[in-house]
Amino acid sequence: MKRQFPLFLVFIFGLFMVFQYFVPHETSEWVYEFLLDWILVIGIFALALGIWSLYKVSVDKIKTRKANWGYSYVTLFGLFVMILFGFTSQNGDSWGWYFIFVATVMLTIGMVIQAMVSSGQKGLSLILAGVFLVASVLIGMFDNAWSFHFYTAEGLQNSMFRAFFDHILIPILSTMFSLLAFFIASAAYRAFRARNLLASLLLLAALIVMLRFNPYLSPIFGDYMAKTSNWLMNVPNMAAQRAIVIGIGLGIVATALKVILGIERGYMGKG
Amino acid sequence: MRHLLKLVIVVVLLAWVSSPAQTDPPAEVDSVEVAEVTPPGPVTSLSVTDKDNDHGHATVLSWEASVDDSTGLANVISYEIFRWVPFAMDHVDSLRGQLSGLRAEIAAAEDVTDEMETRLDLLEAAFDAAIDNLPQAHGQYPQNGEWRSVGVVASGVTAYGNTGTKEPTSADYIPDYADLYYRVDAVTADPVVRTASEVYGPVQCYGQWFNTDRSPVLVAVLAFGFFTLLFVTLAKKGTDLYVRPLAGIEAVDDAIGRATEMGRPILYVLGLGSAADVATIASFTILGRVAKRVAEYQTALIVPTYEPIVMTVAQEVVKSSYLDAGRPDDFKEDTVFFVTQSQFAYVAAVNGIMLRELPATCIYMGKFFAESLILAETGALAGSIQIAGTDEIAQIPFFIVACDYTLIGEELYAASAYLGREPILLGSLKAQDYAKALVVAFSVIGLIFANLEWTWFVDLFHVAN
Repeated sequence: MKRQFPLFLVFIFGLFMVFQYFVPHETSEWVYEFLLDWILVIGIFALALGIWSLYKVSVDKIKTRKANWGYSYVTLFGLFVMILFGFTSQNGDSWGWYFIFVATVMLTIGMVIQAMVSSGQKGLSLILAGVFLVASVLIGMFDNAWSFHFYTAEGLQNSMFRAFFDHILIPILSTMFSLLAFFIASAAYRAFRARNLLASLLLLAALIVMLRFNPYLSPIFGDYMAKTSNWLMNVPNMAAQRAIVIGIGLGIVATALKVILGIERGYMGKG
Repeated sequence: MRHLLKLVIVVVLLAWVSSPAQTDPPAEVDSVEVAEVTPPGPVTSLSVTDKDNDHGHATVLSWEASVDDSTGLANVISYEIFRWVPFAMDHVDSLRGQLSGLRAEIAAAEDVTDEMETRLDLLEAAFDAAIDNLPQAHGQYPQNGEWRSVGVVASGVTAYGNTGTKEPTSADYIPDYADLYYRVDAVTADPVVRTASEVYGPVQCYGQWFNTDRSPVLVAVLAFGFFTLLFVTLAKKGTDLYVRPLAGIEAVDDAIGRATEMGRPILYVLGLGSAADVATIASFTILGRVAKRVAEYQTALIVPTYEPIVMTVAQEVVKSSYLDAGRPDDFKEDTVFFVTQSQFAYVAAVNGIMLRELPATCIYMGKFFAESLILAETGALAGSIQIAGTDEIAQIPFFIVACDYTLIGEELYAASAYLGREPILLGSLKAQDYAKALVVAFSVIGLIFANLEWTWFVDLFHVAN
């Protein structure tokens, strides 16, 4: 029963998803949208599990003093401080005791983590955590310069949230993305070595496609390069891509059929 | 007498020169211009039908152009489409506005009072009742309603789709199963001068239960399903089905052996896809096989995930594999962990793991995007044996360049059957091969027919969006 019931659910909902593609009726759309909402609901619960997993792995790394364990503190700090910023926002021009509140909350969390990772002196960490917690609650109760917003999007407009997001996270992500340029260069160097006939052909085709964008080519040569490059991209390259796409399409249908019919059970931990 | 005559002539001339408007009063000019625009001939053969293959709430109008559209008087510049709307619709619009305002008020309120909630409930009930009443109100044509413009098309156009929304909360809502009446006006440059067509109605719009435009897809799916079941049955009966070797999959065992010998972990990356992506589902199957072998060899496995649902499923898959290998106690929940849902933050984390842990083998299976090359190049720098598989066309070249083995497109889906060697899985793989052969055959036939200008064959496969 433990195995059969999930398979039954997959069969029913999988079959419905196939049929809804052919049924444009409002009822079908309603059920489809309802099921999509369920994906969101499940996703939110799973996110809680995900955050718990990240927290656990980070705390474990600190506890066992694994390589670069100090960065786990940064991870946990980033995780909690952004949650805090996201749920709070300024009421007027003054921040009041807001930053002291943030510091006390972070210290509370830090002390709880310390209690979890340390083998001794847990009592002291927990007492300090309690003290910081009381301080943060008192500030939260009596400071009117800012407030909590659990149901609205106002937290996202919190200038601290925006500052951390726009000026710390975005530049770091852009830096990671920009690494791609250097990796493309190193990968191209490896790929375009003319070791045999096929590799030489690949090198030649790559040169033509790359030279097509060279602004210093003479108009006649540039035009020839553009035409050859377009032919390479639109004929042999496109033909190969379409062959792969057809294969992928059939593979997706076959895998989906196997999942719906219960032949493929790898996702359930049964191959 | 002569001076008097001169004076009269000068006065008359001055009067004529100084006040020409008095001779041609503006009112007369206007009346002359209006009189010049003759009302055009009406559109004829107006026909309104429910829009096919949709969820309802839409109609399609077609008509024959006015005789004065680019011929005859040639004074038609546009057609304006009118639908008869009962006054009950004004009540619906009013309630919709109130409801929208109240919802905005509640959303902005710090504390939602009971009074607000009661008002909202009452308004919603009144709105629902007004919507339910619409078909009945439409039945009162031509009393208690008026003609309202729903669209304008240029002259020469003889069709119009009156597409509404299914959401009653939208101003474009058109009720299903209500008697709708339409007319089309042929309009001249002077919008006042126009000729209305005969009224067409009643017509009702409603949703269909089968999209006939997608019939070719249904036929293809049924044919493919038949092939799959046929070959699965054949495989079950013991028919030997040949599957060509997949170098990438055959290398998995060697790669795990290498990791065991080197005492280093294996890194398995499921990609950025969700658990609903077929590529991720195929990746789960491969992860299961890898985890089983890892459990047997007692090697370390690291599975950082991008999606919480993927993490949950992957944990279950790895756990089951350890159980199948007879080593349930060796399974650690931290083997599979969540990192982040930010693409490049995930890349940074996985790259960090690669450079710290120096895995002997990196396996990338699933959906990958711009991060594919960053991951694979970092893996190469860490000296790992790398096996990749994805169905993202744009990323396949990057993996081919940076990895030792790459499963191209459909090979990712074939991997589970190849690894398992179970007859029913091999049967489905064989069905895929025959379907591909059919696609190739149809492509060649289509090419020949298209060159002979026999388009009917190509039209058989046409699928409207």
